[in-house]
Amino acid sequence: MAIAAIFVSVPWFFPSAYYYRIGVLVFIFALAVAGLNLLMGFAGQVSLGHAGFLGIGAYSVAIGPTHLGMPSWFCLFAGAALSAAVAFFVGRPILRLKGHYLAVATLGFGLLVAIVLTNEAGLTGGPDGMTVPRLTLFGWSVRGSDAWYWISGTTFIGGFVLALNLMGSPTGRALQAIHDSEIAAQVLGIDVARKKLTVFIISAVYASVAGSYLALFNGHVTPDVAGFLRSIELVAMVVLGGMGSILGSLVGAGLLVVLPQALTIFHEYEQALLGLILIVFMIFLRRGIVPSVAAVIFGWRK
Amino acid sequence: MAELLQFVFSGLTVGAIYALVALGFTLIYKASDIINFAQGEFVMLGGMITVFVAHAGVPLPLAALFAIVATTAIGLALHRFAIEPARGATSVALIMITIGASIFLRGTAQIVFDRRFHSLPPLFGADPIQFGGAAILPQSLVVLASATAIVIVLWLFIERTIFGKAVIATAANRLAARLIGVDTRRIVAFSFAISAAIGAIAGVLITPIALTSYDAGTLLALKGFAAAMLGGIGSAPGAVVGGILIGMFEALAAGYLSSNYKDAVAFLIILVVLVVIPQGLFGRAKIERV
Amino acid sequence: MMILETDRLSIAFGGVRAIDEVNIAVESGQVFSIIGPNGSGKTTLFNLVSGIYTPDDGSIRLAGQTATGLAPHELARRGLSRTFQNLQIFYRMSVLENVMVGRHRHERTGILADLLHLPAVTLQNKATDAAARAALARVGLADFAERSASSLAYGALKRLEIARALATEPSLLLLDEPAAGCNPVETQEIDAVIRSIVKDGITVVLVEHDMRLVMNISDRVHVLANGRTLAEGTPEQVRSNAAVIQAYLGIHGSQEAIRAFD
Repeated sequence: MAIAAIFVSVPWFFPSAYYYRIGVLVFIFALAVAGLNLLMGFAGQVSLGHAGFLGIGAYSVAIGPTHLGMPSWFCLFAGAALSAAVAFFVGRPILRLKGHYLAVATLGFGLLVAIVLTNEAGLTGGPDGMTVPRLTLFGWSVRGSDAWYWISGTTFIGGFVLALNLMGSPTGRALQAIHDSEIAAQVLGIDVARKKLTVFIISAVYASVAGSYLALFNGHVTPDVAGFLRSIELVAMVVLGGMGSILGSLVGAGLLVVLPQALTIFHEYEQALLGLILIVFMIFLRRGIVPSVAAVIFGWRK
Repeated sequence: MAELLQFVFSGLTVGAIYALVALGFTLIYKASDIINFAQGEFVMLGGMITVFVAHAGVPLPLAALFAIVATTAIGLALHRFAIEPARGATSVALIMITIGASIFLRGTAQIVFDRRFHSLPPLFGADPIQFGGAAILPQSLVVLASATAIVIVLWLFIERTIFGKAVIATAANRLAARLIGVDTRRIVAFSFAISAAIGAIAGVLITPIALTSYDAGTLLALKGFAAAMLGGIGSAPGAVVGGILIGMFEALAAGYLSSNYKDAVAFLIILVVLVVIPQGLFGRAKIERV
Repeated sequence: MMILETDRLSIAFGGVRAIDEVNIAVESGQVFSIIGPNGSGKTTLFNLVSGIYTPDDGSIRLAGQTATGLAPHELARRGLSRTFQNLQIFYRMSVLENVMVGRHRHERTGILADLLHLPAVTLQNKATDAAARAALARVGLADFAERSASSLAYGALKRLEIARALATEPSLLLLDEPAAGCNPVETQEIDAVIRSIVKDGITVVLVEHDMRLVMNISDRVHVLANGRTLAEGTPEQVRSNAAVIQAYLGIHGSQEAIRAFD
């Protein structure tokens, strides 16, 4: 509720379209990060190749309209369905793995997606990418950061609510249990493999929608959207904002989108800074910003 | 036939580099159960530092030596400032730390050096040797010979010296090793140092053939890791075999299938290995005790 | 009715036969204890029966139907539940949430309903909450419901695992060293909890080292040594079995024991 209020009121303070643009990017990434958070923070799995799904979503709305003549909004759903299918087929064998084995397997997956996108130049435009036709809804061409601000914002809030619902439900409890002790979860009747696959697919769909939005908003897409660095950025946003905290997804995405924009001199230092953030947070503030702040605030209450 | 020979040789050459990277992974993993993603950066630093120091006028052999020493120091710093403080973290958290370190080193290299490709003059000239219809660069032979030498030296060290025994003990059971007086922290630091040195040497050797740039490390790390997984992580001979195999698969795929997808070979192998035989060719499956 | 039977059950780990042709038969409503020196394979047997290991040889039957090779969650659906020697508590969740997970088998909402938080989910959460609190009350932890599981004492955690297992409404409950590490007072509490469970008609199979607890509470005792059955019978029969005494105390010790009992 509070988020919705902020989301609606903040634009009044925006002095220019530039701020809308930042808002759009923050919401888009926050959506992807929320899905990843369900997988990593909540269910305790790891995915170092999640940008692969970002890429599938992004290229679906590029290839579909351009090569197949399908309307963009349809391709968005098709992309999400494709991501879900890919998540199903890839997830089934690799979710059996744990710890660093799973981490590397997801890494390999993400890289394969990026390689395919780079190489199939006939379809994808190769390393330079391709243009993405604008989204048209009921004959109205969606362009402009302000329109996208509302679209991405409401979608994020929708995703946020769904995630919160999931967390407070029987499935959510099962996922948390899997995080803490897979073996106990099994013995209590939870089909661990199936639950893991379910949350993997959900997180893939979140990322896919975010990727589609990104492509439609920018009007252009390159294979970098599915690249290794992008996957690590997503993970960094999860870590920064707080593992398992959906609100943290917004914070993490916000920080890592806004910082490079606000401090343009830092563009050179972006990678180095990203690496440093990962290291520092994983060592000292493993729970991330939101849970740590919450602990301090609620700790005082006690 | 000549074509096949060509592919075999280029596969062996690049496979030797992967083997060295994989050895670095394995050494650190055996001593500390950590997967060090910055391994690739050590290779990159070896090449890049040599290039830039040589540019500044320092004679090549000294530049290379400096690069190796500097990279070793960086490896030690990585352990001291990023790994040591994170003791007790989960294996996933540690991977993320090393990925963070790898990106940090990449980002810093981008600033300190530049974004272009660089090369080094080969050791014995650039004229390829004709052999059975295939053209082999002398530098390839240097790479193969050096890799073999390093593997042998490392093996002798581990098997024949007290320090080497301490490494084996730490790898087998850290707590027990500490109880018999082994300073496991020094052993782990040492493993980082040696891995960095091996990586740097590999970097110096391969740059004349494959060039180097600030982001060359990532791909190398991933392929080296694929090699280590294929051979069975924790097995040094496995790392070497894995590296050669991946190099060969890559070269053959590039030659006979599509050179665009040659990078995909290593990742495809990772996925297949992890799903079918997670313990690799020479590794041992772990049994979880409840 | 035989609720649990194993027939020539065997498993080996890297050449060591951890369980070698073990036959047990547990009658419904009994308290059946498995004892034996350390390393005799008691927990391995539990892991086999609860589906965590797959046997190399032999078979398992639950309530007359084959259960060999079934996964743990499938066995849970057949009414089997267990606790663990090394606690497998969900430390990040509250005491109540731990037990609520135990209700999973009886929860009926699907993933779509969960995502959309349909009214069925609200109802389900309420029902699960109530059932979980009831289970907590049975082990005496009702007052701790809202506390974080990580804040509980060891003895309480042991009871929490039992409550969680009870929440699944099992017909067969495997308790792996429920009194391990407990002081005499806590052991008495465990004893009382087990008795109340049995009174509800749940069959209990126990692995335990605490001989007083075993002798007091069991209907039948099965002795394992080196993965093989050494003896089986009523507590009295097993207590005076020379081979059993020897396995525990060694030859000299057993001679002393015989002399002591004279």
